[in-house]
Amino acid sequence: MELGPVLRVEEPGMFTTIQDLGRPGRRSAGVPPGGALDRYALSAANLLVGNTEGAACLECALSGPTLLALRSCLIAVTGADFGATLNGQDLPSWTSVFLSEGDRLAFAGRRWGGRAYVAVGGGLAADRWLGSASTYLLVGRGGVHGRALKARDVLAAAGPALHPSVAGRDLPEQLRPPYSADPELAAIEGPHLRLLAPASRRVLFRQPWTVSRDSDRMGYRLEGAPLTIKSTELVSFGLAMGCLQVPPSGQPILLMADHQTAGGYPVVACVARCDLPLAAQLLPGEHLHFRLETVEAAQAAWRRMRAGLDGLKR
Amino acid sequence: MPARRSVRIAPLGDAALLVELGQRVDTALNTRALALAAALGRRRDVREAVPGYASVAVHYDPEQVTYRGLAAAIHKIVDAKPSPGPRGRLHRIPVTYDGPDLLATASQLGLSVHEVVRLHSEPTYRCFAIGFAPGWAYLGPLPEALRLPRRRVPRTHVPPGSVAMAELLTGVYPLPTPGGWHLIGRTPVQMFLPQSDPPSLLRTGDRVKFFAT
Repeated sequence: MELGPVLRVEEPGMFTTIQDLGRPGRRSAGVPPGGALDRYALSAANLLVGNTEGAACLECALSGPTLLALRSCLIAVTGADFGATLNGQDLPSWTSVFLSEGDRLAFAGRRWGGRAYVAVGGGLAADRWLGSASTYLLVGRGGVHGRALKARDVLAAAGPALHPSVAGRDLPEQLRPPYSADPELAAIEGPHLRLLAPASRRVLFRQPWTVSRDSDRMGYRLEGAPLTIKSTELVSFGLAMGCLQVPPSGQPILLMADHQTAGGYPVVACVARCDLPLAAQLLPGEHLHFRLETVEAAQAAWRRMRAGLDGLKR
Repeated sequence: MPARRSVRIAPLGDAALLVELGQRVDTALNTRALALAAALGRRRDVREAVPGYASVAVHYDPEQVTYRGLAAAIHKIVDAKPSPGPRGRLHRIPVTYDGPDLLATASQLGLSVHEVVRLHSEPTYRCFAIGFAPGWAYLGPLPEALRLPRRRVPRTHVPPGSVAMAELLTGVYPLPTPGGWHLIGRTPVQMFLPQSDPPSLLRTGDRVKFFAT
């Protein structure tokens, strides 16, 4: 059921796409999970407006769009702070806000972070492909005809909100991820850490890594003193979001949502789910560190984080 | 040789793990990987089990099973030698051997173009894995006489349908992507099938026979 036009795109922003929590279970056919890079921010935005957690939202990279409300609706903006405004007045983020017909949601400019999310009550109607509305550019599927938003696109709500809509509901600051332009990411030892020379293992976990300009939804290339890896290439194996691959150059690649599903570069570590949102908000030139974590501790951290969101499911 | 000794299990983050059965491009290893993936795919605590050449990447639900619990269960399954699934389907794929690298490839290999075509279209290849891009199938092994390293400078754009080879593998580019393999021909057969589910013509374990047109 589609409930008709709700927002008109006046300015699309740098790179705004429809995303959800990803495309499940098609990695065996070479289809990456896709979906929001910052899954926590997307889930929070949805729950704040009474949607199911994985409803389709806008993911706005580097700058936000200008959107005109064609009818009243409830929205929430989460993730990066791009200076959201409602009819020119500052708009609180991580808070549900009521828009009336004719209201204009805009973004004054980036203050911090890489990706902001806009949820709309009822979720956004979108092309679905293999169980997800996520825009996957490589094959031109999902979202708005598999592409980024353009001026004059009209966005519709997918259905009525699940829960009664309440404006002014917010996610307290202590429940938001500890975003930073220089975060320390919990990483679990990967299957091929043993292939790193001992000195390189120390470098991996001690030196700050810089996100290079060659970074996108597929992955981030990281710059720093190169790692020395003993084996050049393995026979290709399946990968996951968060994997840290080391190609022969010794400059690691952090795999993000649209990553290649298989590859042969050694995987020396994998960023834990709880800290992927921190990685998702980084821009080229910003730094990150890795800290070793056990699987069990990482899973416990994810559960604690999830509990904050579960409080919104009422 | 006890199977257990050759199996390595390691975390791939906090919601996936990698089971490595070996490090060779080998039909027997690949068959074992497929059988293990099929057995794991039937478990409720496993979201997806993705076979590689000689491995299975297992995406699991940590709310239903612990890493250690699942790893122990996998060792048991491997020891019990799960029965191999049905034999892969055979695909016959027509190729026009006129790729931009055909002449250079033949001269690098010290073969005539005719011999390259004959050698490439002779074997029945196995699909060892899917990856790189949706619908991309790693096919092999290539006859020894055709083995070349990848191009030193990859192309930024390879048209879909390009039939290519590098090292001991061959394949068909499913989508316009960058690529470093040698382009020896093209086929009208679509490898990426966006209207199908799964959206890939080939699956791991399938067999492919190219024929010249």
